[in-house]
Amino acid sequence: MMDAATPLPLASDDPRDRGGPAQPLVSVRGLVRHFPVKGSGFLKPKKVVSAVDGVDFDILKGETLGVVGESGCGKSTTARLLMQLMRPDRGELLFDGESVGETLPLRDYRRQVQMVFQDSYASLNPRLTIEDSIAFGPRVHGVSAKVAIGRAHDLLHRVGLEPGRFAGRYPHELSGGQRQRINIARALALEPRLVILDEAVSALDKSVEAQVLNLLLDLKRDFGLTYMFISHDLNVVRFMCDRVMVMYLGKVCEIGPRDAIFDAPGHPYTAALLASMPKMDPGERTLVPPLSGDPPNPIDPPQGCRFHPRCSFSEDICTRVTPRLVTGLATGQSQHAAACLMRDPGALHSRAPALEEA
Amino acid sequence: MADPMIDIDNLSVTFNRGRKPVKAVNGVSLKVKAGEVVALLGESGSGKSVTMRSLLRLHPKGTTITGRMRVAGQDVTELSARQIADFRGAVTSMVFQEPRLALDPVYTLGQQITETIMRHERIGRQAAFERALKLFEKVRIPSPERRLKTYPHEMSGGMLQRAMIAMALACNPKVLLADEPTTALDATVQIQILLLIRELQAEYGLSVIFVTHDIGVAAEVADRIAVMYAGRIVEEGAVADIIRDPKHPYTQGLLGARVELAGERDRLVTIPGAPPDLTDMPKGCAFAPRCVRVMDVCGNTVPPLIGKGEAGQVACLHYA
Repeated sequence: MMDAATPLPLASDDPRDRGGPAQPLVSVRGLVRHFPVKGSGFLKPKKVVSAVDGVDFDILKGETLGVVGESGCGKSTTARLLMQLMRPDRGELLFDGESVGETLPLRDYRRQVQMVFQDSYASLNPRLTIEDSIAFGPRVHGVSAKVAIGRAHDLLHRVGLEPGRFAGRYPHELSGGQRQRINIARALALEPRLVILDEAVSALDKSVEAQVLNLLLDLKRDFGLTYMFISHDLNVVRFMCDRVMVMYLGKVCEIGPRDAIFDAPGHPYTAALLASMPKMDPGERTLVPPLSGDPPNPIDPPQGCRFHPRCSFSEDICTRVTPRLVTGLATGQSQHAAACLMRDPGALHSRAPALEEA
Repeated sequence: MADPMIDIDNLSVTFNRGRKPVKAVNGVSLKVKAGEVVALLGESGSGKSVTMRSLLRLHPKGTTITGRMRVAGQDVTELSARQIADFRGAVTSMVFQEPRLALDPVYTLGQQITETIMRHERIGRQAAFERALKLFEKVRIPSPERRLKTYPHEMSGGMLQRAMIAMALACNPKVLLADEPTTALDATVQIQILLLIRELQAEYGLSVIFVTHDIGVAAEVADRIAVMYAGRIVEEGAVADIIRDPKHPYTQGLLGARVELAGERDRLVTIPGAPPDLTDMPKGCAFAPRCVRVMDVCGNTVPPLIGKGEAGQVACLHYA
């Protein structure tokens, strides 16, 4: 049984760890998911929403990977594919070196990966008390009712809710911040290794958000967790994450260590996103919008680089060639990669770096 | 000094729908000059939206409203049903958070804007349509003629919010009320809308009340900030003063809890606890149970909003 006083061992000496610390916890390669558009296809051209269109990334053990992007960029779909809430059309998903659904059965995988959603009320069963909600997962996985309830109480205590006062309550009796704590406790009930936080703090007020972020940091340290942290709030991502992935229209446009992304963005979209953050200093107000127009519709994404219609550096080549993720940017960080022709040595963009002599 | 454009005096709003009456606003006084932008900053349940909606009398029947509200010389509380209908849109108009819910899905945008204009002015349909077209150009909607003939579901969120602003400005109002107009938008679109509102405000000389929970947004658009907590204004002053030198412990806590200040620290400074239950308000200062500088007297005295030097005001007994 889990006890708040004796936290689980850290990921490095976790008995479930198979591949060692250098093996990424999650490896995603060529993930694709398209949704058919209703009303198309019969006597009309068949249309699809390319929600996720060829995404590759790794989540390292013990890190927090931030995922940012605007609505329709595919960040939530990526999370749901990772969680196996929906099947990818194509792509490979490795968890600690094992192929999910093949060498690693789905049931064992799901026990190790949990998710917290944005809407704290919609993600709880309104007819279950809080302790029943938290104990539900363990009971499905064969833990006895008594042990499961005991574990639920420990977790309630751990997320800062007194079990004596809260265990028997229903979701509608709680505030948004308290409900999100319950969702976090429920996610931890199966002792997962990866927790996917899909805009988990976005609906909370600022002062409550800060409390929940602190809680997430404490839990990560105490239980040796790995987080995938999806958010549209760049300030929160900067605070929480070790590495950041920026998505645009179903593709990764930049991925790298937090400081590299925030201090020296390699993709013009990342730079525009950063410049769009409201300035806290009224003396330094933004004068010109960094980007014009809305994010385009993912039903008919632009050809070539998907960002080119909104990009101020766009050239003819950008409308024809889809940029690849190029590592080793000017920041000298080998982990920092951006999908922009201006960063691709030998690309035909006028700002592209020259090819180095071999 | 000339009369303020908006003068709210000791406004209280109580909703009587549930079992217990909910005191959403408890004695708010606020003055907004002509051409001034005031941001009402607060968390959910602080009464910022309720205060603003009172100015258009948008509350359900059975709501108890006390206090006085004057907008452009008219006493809003005294207006008849007919007069308030003339007042809405022509003197004071509003931009809502979710344009998809605020616009009618079964009429085109052009029909909705021309209807607004024709309701308030003696003007033909063709002339009203041309004015709608001018407005769409003003808010920089691409291919405005085509867009006027589209339905709300055909447009993206940012474009709809632009259309909503065009509609709000259709009858040349003096006051614009904006209820979190950018909260539902993406970051790159949010900044475009904020700049658009700022630009139009300056051009039309509008008085604006801008409700937001985001200090960064307030810093981008407002001249003054009024911070609300549990139905009261706890601090009010020029943007730069509030952000650089907040006086009230709640404002200090709110600004201190910002993640961007955390730097390399691994924990955030937080305000402990949660806002009070509006059906059961504490007797004294509403913030006292969470305040780090609480004194004995705070528990039984509601601090008045008093001047703190130059122009700002703060409601805290430490400054009384």
